Amino acid sequence: MTAAVDTVRDTPFVVGGRTFHSRLMVGTGKYRDNDTMVRAIEASGAEIVTVAVRRVDLDRTNQAGILHHLDPQKYFLLANTAGCFTADDAVRYARLAREAGFNDFVKLEVIGDQETLLPDVVGLVDAARALVKDGFKVLAYTNADLITALRLEDVGCAAVMPLASPIGSGLGLLDPHGIRTIKRRLTVPVVVDAGVGTASDACVTMEQGVDGILMTTALAAARDPVAMAHAMRLAVEAGRSAFLAGRMPKREVAVPSSPLEGMLD
Amino acid sequence: MSQTIDVTVNGERRAVTSGLTLLELLRSLALDPRTVVVEHNRAIVRRPRLGDVTIAPGDAIELVHFVGGG
Repeated sequence: MTAAVDTVRDTPFVVGGRTFHSRLMVGTGKYRDNDTMVRAIEASGAEIVTVAVRRVDLDRTNQAGILHHLDPQKYFLLANTAGCFTADDAVRYARLAREAGFNDFVKLEVIGDQETLLPDVVGLVDAARALVKDGFKVLAYTNADLITALRLEDVGCAAVMPLASPIGSGLGLLDPHGIRTIKRRLTVPVVVDAGVGTASDACVTMEQGVDGILMTTALAAARDPVAMAHAMRLAVEAGRSAFLAGRMPKREVAVPSSPLEGMLD
Repeated sequence: MSQTIDVTVNGERRAVTSGLTLLELLRSLALDPRTVVVEHNRAIVRRPRLGDVTIAPGDAIELVHFVGGG
C-alpha cells in the first residue's frame, strides 16, 4: 500500500530541538482503565504523551504511578502543570516534574477559572518566562489569542498551544481564524490543545496549518477509545495532507466537472 | 522504643522515627526512590542526596510522582 505521506512532502515536526514523527500528542488521564489507555495510545501512533504530577497515595488506595503502565523508553513523557492556578504553583510543579528525570520539557498550564478552565494569560506569561530562564522547554497552553501567543513566543516558549475549545468540552474548533492567525504570525510550532471531540474536529484543525494537536478526553471518553485513537491518527494525517495539498477555491456557483463539448444533439 | 517526631507528609500529620533520613522515610513507606520526587520544606532534594537529609520535627515533605493527565 502506498501511504499518502509518500506523495506529500512534509517538513519534520520539531519541538524544542527534538524531532517527532507523529503530529498527534495524547494525554493519559480519564481512561476507564490502564489497559484501555495503553492500547489507545498505541493505536493513536503518538510519541508524545502527557502526564500530571500528583502526590503519591501513601495508603495505596489509588492507582499506582503511570510509569507502571507506560514505557518511558517508548514514549516521550511531557509533564503538565494541570491544576495550577498561579504562576508560582506552575513553576513548582514543573520543577518537580523535571526532577523525575525524563526531560526538561513542560506543558505549562496556568488556569484562571474553575468553571471554564481557561488560561490565566498574565500568570501564564510570567510562569513561562521564569521556566525558560530556568532552562525548560516550555509548551504553553493558551487561548486562541494572537497577542498572548506572541508574548509567549517572545519569552522563549518552545511551542504555543492554543485551545480549540475548553478542556474536556469536545466542542471542536471554535475559532479557526484565530488559530490560523497565530500560526501565520508565530515562528515556533503551534499545537492545538484541548477541545477536539471527534475525528472531523481533528481534521479541520490540522487543515488550518497548525503543527500538531494534543487531545485527551476525545479518546478517553469515546465509547471505544482504541477505535477513536485510530480515527484520530487518520484524521490528523488527513488534515495535515490536505493542508499541504492546498484546497480548491470555494465558489458560489457550480462548475461542471464533465466536458460541455461532445454532447448529443 | 525509639523516639518519634511529628512531620507533615503529603499534607498529613505523621509520627516518624527521630533521626530518619528522607531515603529511610521512603523505604519505610515502601516507595521506590527512583519513581518518586521528594520536596523537603519546599526545596527539591535530588535522589543522590536523599540519604543525607535528616528529617526534623515540623518538616513538610511532599512525595510526588507522575499520574495520568491531559
